[in-house]
Amino acid sequence: MSERKIRVLVAKPGLDGHDRGAKVIARALRDAGMEVIYTGLRQTPDMIIEAALQEDVDVIGLSILSGAHMALAPVIMEKVHAAGLDDVMVILGGIIPDEDIPILKEAGVSEVFGPGSNTNHIVKVIQDSIRARE
Amino acid sequence: MTLAEEVLGGSRRALARAITAVENQAASAPEVLAALFSHTGHAHLLGVTGAPGTGKSSLVNQLALDARKAGKTVAVLAVDPTSPFTGGAILGDRIRMRELAGDSGVFIRSMATRGSLGGLARATADVVKVLDAAGFDYIMIETVGAGQSEVDIARHAQTTIVVEAPGMGDDVQAIKAGILEIADILVVNKADDPRAETTVRALRAMLDLAHPGDAHAVSHHGMLMRVVLNGQDGAPTEANAWRVPVMTTNALSGEGVPEVLTQVVNHRQHLRDTGEMARREMARIINEVDAALRDRLMADLLDRIPNSELETMVARIARRELAPQQAVSVLVAAYSPIT
Repeated sequence: MSERKIRVLVAKPGLDGHDRGAKVIARALRDAGMEVIYTGLRQTPDMIIEAALQEDVDVIGLSILSGAHMALAPVIMEKVHAAGLDDVMVILGGIIPDEDIPILKEAGVSEVFGPGSNTNHIVKVIQDSIRARE
Repeated sequence: MTLAEEVLGGSRRALARAITAVENQAASAPEVLAALFSHTGHAHLLGVTGAPGTGKSSLVNQLALDARKAGKTVAVLAVDPTSPFTGGAILGDRIRMRELAGDSGVFIRSMATRGSLGGLARATADVVKVLDAAGFDYIMIETVGAGQSEVDIARHAQTTIVVEAPGMGDDVQAIKAGILEIADILVVNKADDPRAETTVRALRAMLDLAHPGDAHAVSHHGMLMRVVLNGQDGAPTEANAWRVPVMTTNALSGEGVPEVLTQVVNHRQHLRDTGEMARREMARIINEVDAALRDRLMADLLDRIPNSELETMVARIARRELAPQQAVSVLVAAYSPIT
């Protein structure tokens, strides 16, 4: 009787204190039947990687509203690879200018969701990606 | 190298994966558990339970910090509830444990109850075995925010801490059956609250009302049973029984927490000295085999009963043609795997 649940780490790296968006996403993923590990504010890249590894998550969801995404996301992606977590899907939400998105994807971020993103869409992107992997 | 060998070799990634396999009851889980089982039995299993918001996570955070100062390694298993409607869960205990980040002597894992009601998840005992085999000195199991009857933790832990916060109910609440009865150590957290002293007094009075002695219950065939203090069959006497200490802490500042850890060590020693450790271990094994047998037989039986047959029975019960017990008799007679 195997029971497979999608596990998602929702983390806010960096210094901004706006966690409303992260909480909305956490709630939406929970309501879609996922197990969401919520780590709270002001996480360092190392803390995020460590939590992702210990919790054996399928997805890391980052929320960055400080404008520091071009500094934080590539560092986090580097550490994801260094920790051997290449099969973990990393998604990013926040205020992200369009021109940054290709660079972030180049660095290994799977998807970027801006303001107004439909939570059902985010759920579907995650489910499709996990299903495709199995 | 097999997954189990990697766990024994100290790989944290393998440990995380083994826990997932066990938690999901994946096809590989029995093999992993079988390979790890002979390496278990080293860790001290510490349960922390109490109502939501009493400070369980913060206390576990401080206990782990203090245990690390004493040179011990710590695994934390933090259980949070699964939504009964969506099957999803938000696991937020790590928020209070950020001070433990970056320490290779600490491993934190969050776990959802996945429908289990006793305050823990069904796979808790097996996940604890994986952590035990990985060599941690302490395994701290934090239950969901418990009400009055989530007492499963007493079946799993060797030492159970029940956390109370000041101002939670009166002295009648304190003598009700349930969660307070399973405590080996009672902690009144948020001790800076002026009402803490009243709560401590109510709990001490509750303990004085009880028959002195070892209040701990053991599990026998799924029922929690009290240890009889008659000194027979190696059972403890009143003279050498454990007296449940009532302690105060401030889990945010860490005040009082080293003293709690000292009592945990004392309690472990007490369990050893009185032979209680071995007796609880036996009770736990009986309970576990019991539950595993039930799960296995149940799964086998359900596999054999065709869905259509089950639906027919349900419909007949709904029409009041059959009582549920009669339907069960018919189904077991026709499909039982035991002949």
